[in-house]
This record gives sequence, structure tokens and C-alpha cells, in this order.
Amino acid sequence: MIAELGRFLIALALVASLAQMVLSWIGAQQGGRSPYALAGRTASLAALVTSAAAFALLIAAFIQSDFSIAYVAGHSHVDKPLFYKVTAAWGGHEGSMLLWCLILALFGYAITRAGPAEPAFRARAVSLQALLQSLFFGFLVFASNPFDRLDPAPLQGRDLNPILQDPALAFHPPLLYLGYVGLSAAFAIAAAGLIQKASGREVARALRPWALGAWTSLTAGISLGAWWAYYELGWGGWWFWDPVENASFMPWLLGAALVHSAIATEKRGAFPGWTVFLALLAYVLSILGAFLVRSGVITSVHAFALDPERGVWILAMLGVSAVAGFGVFALRAGHLGEGEGFEPTSREAFIGANNLLLAATAGVVFVGTLYPLFVEMLGGAPVSVGPPYFDAAATPLLVVMLLLVPVAPFLPWANGGARPALRQLRAAFLLLPVAIAGIVLVWFGAPLLAVIGGALGVWAMAGAVMDAVRALPAAQSRALKFAAAGRAMAHAGLGFIALGAAADASRPPDVNSALGRGESIEIAGRTLTLSDVRRADGPNYLADRATITVSGGRAVSPERRYYWAADQHTREVGLGSSIAGDIYVSIGEARPRDDGSVVYEVRAAFHPLVWMLGLGASLIVVGGLLALTAQILIRRVRQAVAP
Amino acid sequence: MIAAVLMALTLQAAVELAPADEARAQGIMREVRCMVCAGESVLDSSAPMAGDMRRFIREEIAAGRDDAEVRTALVSRFGHEVLMRPPVETRTLPLWLAPVIFLLLGGALLSGAMRRKPRKDGL
Repeated sequence: MIAELGRFLIALALVASLAQMVLSWIGAQQGGRSPYALAGRTASLAALVTSAAAFALLIAAFIQSDFSIAYVAGHSHVDKPLFYKVTAAWGGHEGSMLLWCLILALFGYAITRAGPAEPAFRARAVSLQALLQSLFFGFLVFASNPFDRLDPAPLQGRDLNPILQDPALAFHPPLLYLGYVGLSAAFAIAAAGLIQKASGREVARALRPWALGAWTSLTAGISLGAWWAYYELGWGGWWFWDPVENASFMPWLLGAALVHSAIATEKRGAFPGWTVFLALLAYVLSILGAFLVRSGVITSVHAFALDPERGVWILAMLGVSAVAGFGVFALRAGHLGEGEGFEPTSREAFIGANNLLLAATAGVVFVGTLYPLFVEMLGGAPVSVGPPYFDAAATPLLVVMLLLVPVAPFLPWANGGARPALRQLRAAFLLLPVAIAGIVLVWFGAPLLAVIGGALGVWAMAGAVMDAVRALPAAQSRALKFAAAGRAMAHAGLGFIALGAAADASRPPDVNSALGRGESIEIAGRTLTLSDVRRADGPNYLADRATITVSGGRAVSPERRYYWAADQHTREVGLGSSIAGDIYVSIGEARPRDDGSVVYEVRAAFHPLVWMLGLGASLIVVGGLLALTAQILIRRVRQAVAP
Repeated sequence: MIAAVLMALTLQAAVELAPADEARAQGIMREVRCMVCAGESVLDSSAPMAGDMRRFIREEIAAGRDDAEVRTALVSRFGHEVLMRPPVETRTLPLWLAPVIFLLLGGALLSGAMRRKPRKDGL
């Protein structure tokens, strides 16, 4: 019954989205205040309510372990803890696509409430968002229905991939999708602005809060994913330049560029065409991300749901969205207007450089991710493009950007002002050689890029502090204070990430060893002793838990688990965190030695200053939220002033 | 029974390297793809084949080969896709030129926007 009702609700949501598209379009043609626009709003509410109800039903089916539904049978198990039954609703392909649709509908309704101020512009944006909704709801209904039945129903489910049964991963997809799909609102508003022949400034003003909110969620989602990879995948990496990570990194980079260029467009009318183009491109790359992850064209450590046929569907949706967006752009970009010129050391020039570097990085990631596929299609000998390529080709661009970041907030608009800005930053400059010397001393033999990255990290942090000290007292309204604080925090966060990454790049080599009870290994000046291994079974797995004592610290207890339902082994890492960094231990299989005693494979690593990465990401997210608050406050004031 | 499940019954003779050699070996492993995994390096993978490839690399290092020789040996056995750092050659040229092309293209756009004449009517 739940399944039939769910199917029905999804079909209804598709119909409501189509109605929303047509009605709002007519409403926009009639100036945005017509009854049609109002009816479009109601349709959008209907799409939201039906898709939310369908999602609730899917969760209910998981709680009941209704294995007559293929998706539930494929991703759940009666023995699984309730929390992971609920989160499994978005742990696989069909459920996560339903979540994608739900968020699309949510943003559709949000645009009807808080979209562009001008009524026709808003109705047009609602209509275009409905186009994006219809594409994805159509995909659900015709190719990827989470409520498809399985006949005969199995007695037991296949369980969710055990490494996905994790608190961080439970919240990672919703946040990531809030980001990906949030960019759809920026897309819809940008395309609507083009159709309405709005000026670049109007479009930038309308899409700024949406871009900011989406990009902030994307930051949070990616960070959670990186954190999860760090402690769950069992080898201590946090960024692998893996195709699936790259798929989320491209929209993130473009989103970061958009958030900055929209400021220049709104305030000065600079880069109008570029800002609108970015808004369109960012969402198109989000769909490309979904395509890369879901189609299986590129193999990846994170691809948990693969199906080539679905890939064709997603590719078609990608094509429709791209043709619609860029088609309108080609026809109407002329109406956006042109910016005035500016000096090479003005704020605009630095925002332009920021955009240049971010977009070029996104381009490199794009080329590197798709090149193996491209070569294969042309029939050449296969090529692997792995982390060493991205480290060499993309990281230097980000390093140069870090050099410019602290200066930009001190520059005036339009006119050159390098000299006063650098004078104000003098204290931060003095810190730089100290930082370089410190880093070289602490991590002697660190790679060059790590030393540069670390020094620039200190530079970015110092610049952010000085920016806050100067801009916060000068801000004349609450909104401006929020904006200044947000900027300083996000830029400081960048510095922390640079320092954390530099420290990680110069970490000591891992130690792999087979240890018996009572034996020990050394890493980073600490002695790790395997003192005990005992059984520690959970509700849906069997486990061996080792106790490893660390000299001068708390003991860590890595586990090796066996999930019987999925027939899969996993490693739970033992982490000993301190200010200096993390002791990171994972334990492998047991083996007999020649003398009959049992030894365990132990892999130990030391990750210096890894907490800085988490702190940096958190600062960027909080900074983004503060900037978003500023946008909302400013909007409220504007509405109060408007007649 | 579970102990038996968790226990691998293979005995492997591991090559022990001096710390400096081990660091070199791990440096190579980090840039060598595990051929049966999805985009993982042999350093990170827990697949049996990655273990074999790690042992192969350690043995080569122990036999006194330098990094380039080890890589050549790997390529001759597994093909070019074993290296995660694509070599600079004709068919990978677009890959390595990509950053330069993007920077030049974007730089041209940016300098165009910078030089634009101020308009009289403002806005």
C-alpha cells in the first residue's frame, strides 16, 4: 500500500511541477501579478507537499522493513539499527534522487516566497525551476522509481553498504544535495533574468543569497564527506582527487567564484555576463556530477550505485538544462549591460583574479576527470589521471589565489590601491618570513609546495584577522557587521585548511607491521603497543577490537568488523587526537606465525595538525552563514524601504 | 568459526627495507594504481593484488633499482594506466596544457573587462 501511494504521490508531484511550469510562465507573460502566477505558486506548494509525503512514505517503508519494495530490499536489513534504517532512505540511488527532487521542489516553493523582487521576474524563475523539477520527477517516474516492487519479496534485505552506516555519512548526502540543488535556484534566477531582459545588477542581486546558501551547504557536505573518508576508509586520506570528489569539487569551485563575482556585479556592475554564465554553469556541472556518480562511466571508490542506463537519462537531463540555459544566454546576454573599466589593483581586479583562478582550477579538474574517458572513446591506450596530476596542475592555482586573498578586502572599488592596502597589511607581511622559517624547521624536509602552502596559510589567517579588526568597527549596520565577520571567518578558514593540508603533505611515512600481543611499533616518536584483542560484536556485525596503548597518550581501539548481511569486512580506525595531530591506527586480518602464535596486521600513521582542516572548513561554513544572514537582513531593509 | 573467517591462512614473506628505502617505496606506491580497484593507489588499497604489487615494489627497491626503473618495470607488466601521474607526451599534451589554456583564455576576458571605457550615463 505504501508503495502504491508513494508511486502515486511522485506522479502527482510531476504533474504539479508541469502545472507550475506552465502556469507561472503564463503568469510571467502577464506581468507576474496575474491569477496564473498565483496558481503557479499553489502548484509549487502541491509539488513540495506531494514529494515530501512520498519521501516520508519511503522512510516509513524502511522503518517497517518492507522488502517487497526493491529499493528497501536492496539497502536495508531487519537487524540494522533504526537510525541507519532511516538514513538508508537516501543511501542509495533511487532514494537519493527522490531527495534531490524534494529539494528541487523545496527551492521552487522558496523562490515563490523569497525570489526576485520584481513579480514577473519571480514568476519566470518559478517557471524555470519547475522545468528543472519536471526533468527530475520525470526521471523518477519513468526510470528510477524508489517504490518499484520486488516479486517475490525476499525474507531479508541485502543491507546498506556497511561503510555507509556512519553518522557523518547520514548527513553528508542531504547537505551535499542542498548545495547541488540549491545551485538550481541560481540557475533558474539567472535564466529568468535573461528572459526578462533584466540588467546584470538586478540578476546578481536576485541570485546572491541563493548562491551563497547553496555554496555554504556544499562546503559543509563536502567537508563531512572528507572527514568520513578520513576515518572510515581506513587509510587516513581526506582528499583523493577521486572522480566522485571531483564531481562535487567543480560546482564548489564555480560556486565560490559565483559568490564573489556576484558581489562585484551587484555593487559595481562588473562582469555581468560572467556572473550569469557562472550561475548557469554551476548547476549544469552539478547535474554532470550526478551523472558521473550515478552512471558508472568513471570508476571510483565512492560510486555505490551504478547503472549505465540511468546514465543516459541523466545525460539527457543535463543536455536539456544546458541547452535551455546557455541558449537563453546566447540570445539575451547583450541585455545584461557592460561593466565599467577598473584599475589592475582595484577590488574588481582581485575578484576577477579570484574568479580566473577558481574557474581555471575547475577547468583543470574537469579535463583531468574526463580525459581518461575521452582517450578511451577515441580508442587510445588507456591513461590514468590520478592525484599526482591534480596536485601538479590544480594545486598551484589555488596557492596563487591564497596569496591574493588577504589583500583583496583592503582594496578600493574601481581605483587602484595596492600601496595603502599593503601598508595596512604590513604586520601580516612581517609574519610571513617567520612562518616560513617555522615551517621549514618544524617539518624539515617538507615538500616545497607544503612549505609555500603553510606560509600562505599563516598569511591568509593574519590578513583575515586584520580585515576583521579594521572592517568590523567601521561597519555601520548590523548587516554590514555580519558581512564583514563572514568574510574574515571564511578567509581565515582558508588559511587553516592550507596549513592543515601542508602539514598533512609532510607527514611521516606510514608504518605497516604484523604485531603479536605485547609487541610494539614506533611512529612520530611514540611507541604503540598492541596490548589486547578481543571480540566486540555489534547489532549487525561481528568484530575484533584491538587495544593499542600509546606512550604519552590515551589508548586507541581500532576494530575489524564483519557485516554478515552484506558479507563485507570493514575497518574502524582507532584515532588518538591531540593538538599535535592524530595517531591513526587500523588493524587488519589475523595471521598465524611459524611458531603458531597469532599476529595482526597493523597500519599506523601520524597525521599532524589534521584538526586544522576541520576547523578551517567549519570557519568557512560559519562565514558563509554569516554572509547569508547579512544578505537576508539587507533584503528585509530593502523591502521595508520599497513602496 | 569467526576466528577462522577473520583469519587469512596465507603466510607471506615480507621484505624489510631500511627507513629511507621504505619512504621511497611508499612514494612510488602512492602514485601507482591498484589494477583491480577503483582509483585507489596500491599504498591505500587492501586488495590482495595491491599487496602483491607492494611486495613487488619493495623487492625491486631491495634489489637496488631506482624509482624510474621500478616504474618502467611496472609499466611493462601492467601497461601505462598503472601510473597515476600521466607522463608528458603527445597524447597527454591537452591534459598538461589545460591549466595554461584556461588561464590565458580567462586572462584575456579579464583584461578586456578591465580596459572597458567608463560610460557617461553611469549605472
